[in-house]
Amino acid sequence: MSVWAKHQIFEKNSIVLLLGILVVVAIGGLVEVAPLYYLKSTIETVQGMRPYTPLELAGRNIYVREGCYNCHSQMIRPLRDEVERYGHYSLAAESMYDHPFQWGSKRTGPDLARVGGKYSDEWQRAHLINPRSVAPVSIMPGYPFLATTPLDYEHIADELQAQAVVGVPYTADMIAKAKSDIVTQATTDDPGAADLAKRYPKALARDFDGNPGEVTEMDALVAYLQVLGTMVDFKTYDDKANVR
Amino acid sequence: MAQTASVNKHLTIGEGGSAIAFAALAALSILIAAKAWTPAYAFHAYLFAAASVASVFAIFNRYYNRPAEAPPQEIDGKPNYNYGPIQFATIASVFWGIAGFTVGLYAALELAFPALNFDFGLINFGRLRPLHTSAVIFAFGGNVLLATSFYVVQRTCHARLAGDIAPWFVILGYNFFIVIAGTGYLLGITQGKEYAEPEWYADLWLTVVWVAYLLVFLTTLWKRKEPHIYVANWFYLAFIVTIALLHLGNNAAVPVSIYSPKSYIAWSGVQDAMVQWWYGHNAVGFFLTAGFLAIMYYFIPKRAERPVYSYRLSIVHFWALIFIYIWAGPHHLHYTALPDWAQTLGMTFSVILWMPSWGGMINGLMTLQGAWDKLRTDPVLRMMVVSVAFYGMSTFEGPLMSIKAVNSLSHYTDWTIGHVHSGALGWVGYVSFGAIYCLVPWVFNRSRLYSLKLVNWHFWVSTIGIVLYISAMWVSGILQGLMWRAYTSLGFLEYSFIETVEAMHPFYVIRALGGGLFLAGALIMAFNIWKTITSPETETVAAVRPQLVPAE
Repeated sequence: MSVWAKHQIFEKNSIVLLLGILVVVAIGGLVEVAPLYYLKSTIETVQGMRPYTPLELAGRNIYVREGCYNCHSQMIRPLRDEVERYGHYSLAAESMYDHPFQWGSKRTGPDLARVGGKYSDEWQRAHLINPRSVAPVSIMPGYPFLATTPLDYEHIADELQAQAVVGVPYTADMIAKAKSDIVTQATTDDPGAADLAKRYPKALARDFDGNPGEVTEMDALVAYLQVLGTMVDFKTYDDKANVR
Repeated sequence: MAQTASVNKHLTIGEGGSAIAFAALAALSILIAAKAWTPAYAFHAYLFAAASVASVFAIFNRYYNRPAEAPPQEIDGKPNYNYGPIQFATIASVFWGIAGFTVGLYAALELAFPALNFDFGLINFGRLRPLHTSAVIFAFGGNVLLATSFYVVQRTCHARLAGDIAPWFVILGYNFFIVIAGTGYLLGITQGKEYAEPEWYADLWLTVVWVAYLLVFLTTLWKRKEPHIYVANWFYLAFIVTIALLHLGNNAAVPVSIYSPKSYIAWSGVQDAMVQWWYGHNAVGFFLTAGFLAIMYYFIPKRAERPVYSYRLSIVHFWALIFIYIWAGPHHLHYTALPDWAQTLGMTFSVILWMPSWGGMINGLMTLQGAWDKLRTDPVLRMMVVSVAFYGMSTFEGPLMSIKAVNSLSHYTDWTIGHVHSGALGWVGYVSFGAIYCLVPWVFNRSRLYSLKLVNWHFWVSTIGIVLYISAMWVSGILQGLMWRAYTSLGFLEYSFIETVEAMHPFYVIRALGGGLFLAGALIMAFNIWKTITSPETETVAAVRPQLVPAE
């Protein structure tokens, strides 16, 4: 009986074929995915990383909703030109609270992993409303409606709760104060700012959209953009700490 | 329950059970619609309710109009094949194809002329691009796979498709999923994972549909009159099973509430990235490759009237392909925060993957042995053969781009877009068009296609389109990659990012032109198919009904 004839067991029995397929396709995935849950380099904790504030999280949800990841990456590779153009290469830990990750796969526009603090709020607003007002040959769509749409944060505590279920360390206190934290962070000189900074160290609190009367989607998105890549302080980051 | 129509006629368990399930789903959907947190979600809940009510109505309407007995499995000793669901999926694939190509063309034009975004959200590039990718991959490609798999499994098993309502549930349920997914993107409902954008409730629905699909396919295999399972069915089975696995793994999510469309993916950061590209690359490997290789293994031998070139090669090709493909995902994450060993593993297996891919190509092309002359006379066969040639080209380009040094240049640029489209337009598109041109006369009982001349036009117009598309993307991708890393003699970066964007403009215009030609070709196909189904010229005369023999 030739070795080829032995293949008949798969050809004559659909369940054997099905099981064969399952076994064969399971191997590669298991080998590549499973170790990422226990290797030091992929579960390292780095000083400075904290969960997003409720306002930043709401902004991130707008970033996801508008499909920004289709044109902007959030992953700086350790290549000379990228590090010079965008800053320190991205660490695994910097996206540890990102459900889902937004590394992207295409740079129709520039990388945004460290865009936080690079531009003023005014620039971000003008650029989002009409990109060509600040970059004449930009091909980015405009998002003027963000500035006029009030942010819907009715259920922001539920959002934090769901994030906590998937492993983001939001405390009961953070969840309870989520709603008021949104208003605090979107207001310049709010009396609650010091308290907010206790829950979310170094959180920027100011009127991001230049419209003190209202918390808009622009507030949330700009707050998110301004925190991107700023949590880890690379002056004190020890890149040898996690070398095995 | 409803036994008034005739004494012997009664509801089957399938009919009764589905009607009850749909009635329950309708009630649940209305409850959710009433308490939904966002208008967009309420709209989707109402769509679910309307579709469920329509399903209950359709089940009873069908019941009152059908004969008391179930359709016979055989008529005069020949299998009584079930073509209804295949007809629907074939027409749906043409419809979604044209819709998906049109959205793609519009998105391409937005990149060339940003004013076309109109800046009100709904049709901004970021929302249209997932609509385009899902419409062409899952709506167009998915319906082609459903139609051809239901056809091939029946013909090669000499058995009627299993189930009565189930095949219809699979086809209609899948298309309903497409509607929910597509309208969701426009309304801003997305999980933000490439090629897996539909939110949790759409994912759950697809899971139910997919399980039904697997059961219909497997049960039909069990009914087969042939001792062996034909090679095309191995590929279909691998496609169905693996897509189920990938779908479940990549979409594990916690909904914020049953009243909210939003969910958060269970994985985060680097783990989510790995799971995403394990899914993403194997959506290519198992949806766009294994499924369409199944089409190649049935339709090319059938159309060329030649047996598959090598049975042994198909065995090696099958197992090697499905084993190796799964490993290739990390090549989407070169130089990222994913550990080096995983990147290297992904690169290595991607390069190895070249071999089984070309094994498949050789098996497809060499099937033409002794029938090469047909390429001159049969434009449908020519389309399918050229598709296999494109398959060979993109499965060479893919391993090349997965090499880390090459990838450091090509990643994040239009080269990737060009690579994807040489595979999608050339391979998936052409083999699908070929299969549709074959299927329409077969399942609509027509004697022939309305016009082979129009097929010829379709072929040439879209080929020129593909060439324009992929060469524009090669040039723009490599150009932009080089500009990003260019340094002046003083050691400064030579170009600002926006200068590299500006340099892309002419290529984006050429790309849109290429896409326009590809769409024009598809419109020619739609006209041809419409005329094939409706024109009196192509009617089948009972006496000369062609003898369709399944390829063994």
